Amino acid sequence: MAKLELRGVVKRFGDNTVCNGINLDIEEGQMVCLIGASGAGKSTLLRCINLLEPTEDGEIFLDGEDIAVPGLDPQTVRARIGMVFQSYNLFPHMTALENAMLAPRRVHGLTREEVQPEIEALFTRFGLADRMQNYPDQLSGGQQQRVAIVRALAMKPEVMLFDEITSALDPQLVGEVLDVLLQLKDQGMTMVLATHEMGFAREAADKVCFLKDGRIVEEGPPDQVFGSPQRAETKAFLERALK
Amino acid sequence: MADPKAAGMTRRERYEADQRRRSLTVAATSTVLVIAAIVILVPLAPGWEKVQRSFFNGAVLADTFPKLLDAFLINVMIFAWCAPAIAVLGLLIALARDAKSPALFPLRIFGAAFTDIFRGVPVILTVYLIGFGIPGLGLPRPWNSPYIWGSLALILTYAAYVAEIFRSGIDSVHHSQRSAALSLGLSERQMMRDVVLPQAVRNVVPSQMNMLIALQKDVSLLSFIGPVEIFRQAGVFKSLLANFTPYVGAAIIFLIVTIPATRYADYLMARQMRERR
Amino acid sequence: MAKTISLAALAVALTTTTAMAAGHCAAGKTLEDGKFTIATGNPAYYPWVLDDAPESGQGFEAAVAYAVAAEMGFAEEDVVWVRSSFDEAIQPGAKNFDVNMQQYSITPERDQVVDFSAPYYTAPMAVLVGPGATETEPTMAALKSLKWGAVGTTTAVPKLTETIQPDSDPLLYGDNADVNAALGANQIDAALFDLPTALFLSAVMIEGSKVIGQFPPDENDNPDHFGMLMEDGNPLKECVDDALAALTESGKLAEIEAQWLQDTTGVPLIK
Repeated sequence: MAKLELRGVVKRFGDNTVCNGINLDIEEGQMVCLIGASGAGKSTLLRCINLLEPTEDGEIFLDGEDIAVPGLDPQTVRARIGMVFQSYNLFPHMTALENAMLAPRRVHGLTREEVQPEIEALFTRFGLADRMQNYPDQLSGGQQQRVAIVRALAMKPEVMLFDEITSALDPQLVGEVLDVLLQLKDQGMTMVLATHEMGFAREAADKVCFLKDGRIVEEGPPDQVFGSPQRAETKAFLERALK
Repeated sequence: MADPKAAGMTRRERYEADQRRRSLTVAATSTVLVIAAIVILVPLAPGWEKVQRSFFNGAVLADTFPKLLDAFLINVMIFAWCAPAIAVLGLLIALARDAKSPALFPLRIFGAAFTDIFRGVPVILTVYLIGFGIPGLGLPRPWNSPYIWGSLALILTYAAYVAEIFRSGIDSVHHSQRSAALSLGLSERQMMRDVVLPQAVRNVVPSQMNMLIALQKDVSLLSFIGPVEIFRQAGVFKSLLANFTPYVGAAIIFLIVTIPATRYADYLMARQMRERR
Repeated sequence: MAKTISLAALAVALTTTTAMAAGHCAAGKTLEDGKFTIATGNPAYYPWVLDDAPESGQGFEAAVAYAVAAEMGFAEEDVVWVRSSFDEAIQPGAKNFDVNMQQYSITPERDQVVDFSAPYYTAPMAVLVGPGATETEPTMAALKSLKWGAVGTTTAVPKLTETIQPDSDPLLYGDNADVNAALGANQIDAALFDLPTALFLSAVMIEGSKVIGQFPPDENDNPDHFGMLMEDGNPLKECVDDALAALTESGKLAEIEAQWLQDTTGVPLIK
């Protein structure tokens, strides 16, 4: 049984079918990269996995339990799945530390004294020890994104979802964020990334999925998908993307 | 060898300094001319003496000012207990209107009706209807006081406007903040309380300041149902002395209070504009 | 021949009676030549004007107006009625009336800004109480403990603050109707009005209210004399005063008062 199993996931916005029957297995500890053009359904798929969007059809099994059942309270699931967004979405009225401490305190009912040491350790691990008391508008893009990752990690999730988290960054800041991802992978985190960073995906991913028009057109180990793509659409996309 | 770029900037600086000097001179001259025109021409009007005696009578102003200040304390008092109630009720109505769960549907309807009615009916009507109407049902003293029910009329009316401003503030918080909060496992209520509302309230502080300033003046509407606040007191003087200067006195007192408030509201708005950029 | 003479005579007679006779005091002093323009309240109340229709001549002030007009040589159809507020009456600048009759009390301060005619009525002030206080004794001591209201723009206010000096601050209102509403809502116990107005209100407007007493009208501190209000320095004042003097002497003024304001007896004096 895989950590996450998607079976026939369908998501529509009005007349537009964005996810058109997605089947995907993600094993524990794997890093799965989703690639494809904008609008192919990558972000929407991630938002379906952590129940930010309700699905029209299909099942999503987390540790064998279907979490896509209509009427299920999404809150408990979301605490187990962390998500980091393209535009960081830090809470501007709180410091970096407070951003990270908010959810553990509210959701798990812990006190400030109980959570603070662990979270400070997280900040230190990712090189942000001297930035904890800063507000988001005092941080660079790369720092904000790393804070966002710490914030998500503070809830001790079992799966982490990353929605094109380097797309909004200046190129020189991308590296520090990707380094964090590698660290997480080394620690055995199950990760699903929607990304345009082809080089990183090729180096670090365990599995790459190419999405087009709401379907996974091709999936496989990165060497195969990047090196010898089987499908014409994949070839065409890679040619454009890697130009 | 002189740096050509440096020479150009100095030339431009000189030019700009000249321009500044010139526009200052023009501005000063035109201001002086306008003021002089008013000061010289207005008294030449045939009725000026009578108008001055009637509206700008120094002796009357000095006589009536102390009692006007006393009456103004009543305005301050009413404002002091209405403003917090308005803020709280306004926020509650805003949240009621945004309630999403089907069980809370009656609350949504109530919120919509509330804002429609109290923004639609002129405040003075509300003051009369509630200030006289409810006590008229037979309440015993002191529960039928015009202070209580008149204030309630103000609170209900202003809460409706304040609620709509809060709603726009809540809407202005980008939905990505919601996504981030929810994806951390926060409940809707926690998200509201810890993420959305703090930002929403901060966003609308300048608009709410405008409401506060308007409230400072509308407190005078309670004069219609009995309390002798500054507007009524000025009216009593006007009638006894057949002179309008007490109103000018009241206006001066109002300005002393509202001008700092409006300046502060402007400052907040300017700061918000700067932050947004 | 007789026909043309009588026609000519008729013509002469007509021309001399329609134009204001040059000998009359008011000639050339009114707003509109040949017309006497009187302002009254909007609405005008009983018993000063009946049914808000001053043209009918019904009501004390309406009757006095027509009597004064006649004395000054104006025919009934030459009397023009307009409406005005108190503010319009005292504002500086030209007025749209010759005189304004709305139970205005003559005070020295007001006299500096406008002119008043000689008094045409002296009004005692009376205490009207709501249904909850009808047992109150007509003594100054008893009055002090009542909760008072009054119309803010009248001389009732200084009467309250200087003579009665109630224990709790009075509430003030914009007009009679609002004072009535407050009495009805039991927010005030008592209000001060001139006696005829108080009697009218207790009889018609407020269930269970009662006029419990009046202040003796010949008190030294500011008895309320009603005068016709006019523009400061109006030459018409002379003529109006003459007319009023004539009406007083002939007893006509007292007659009008008796006709329209007769139930003022029977109200006890405040001790």
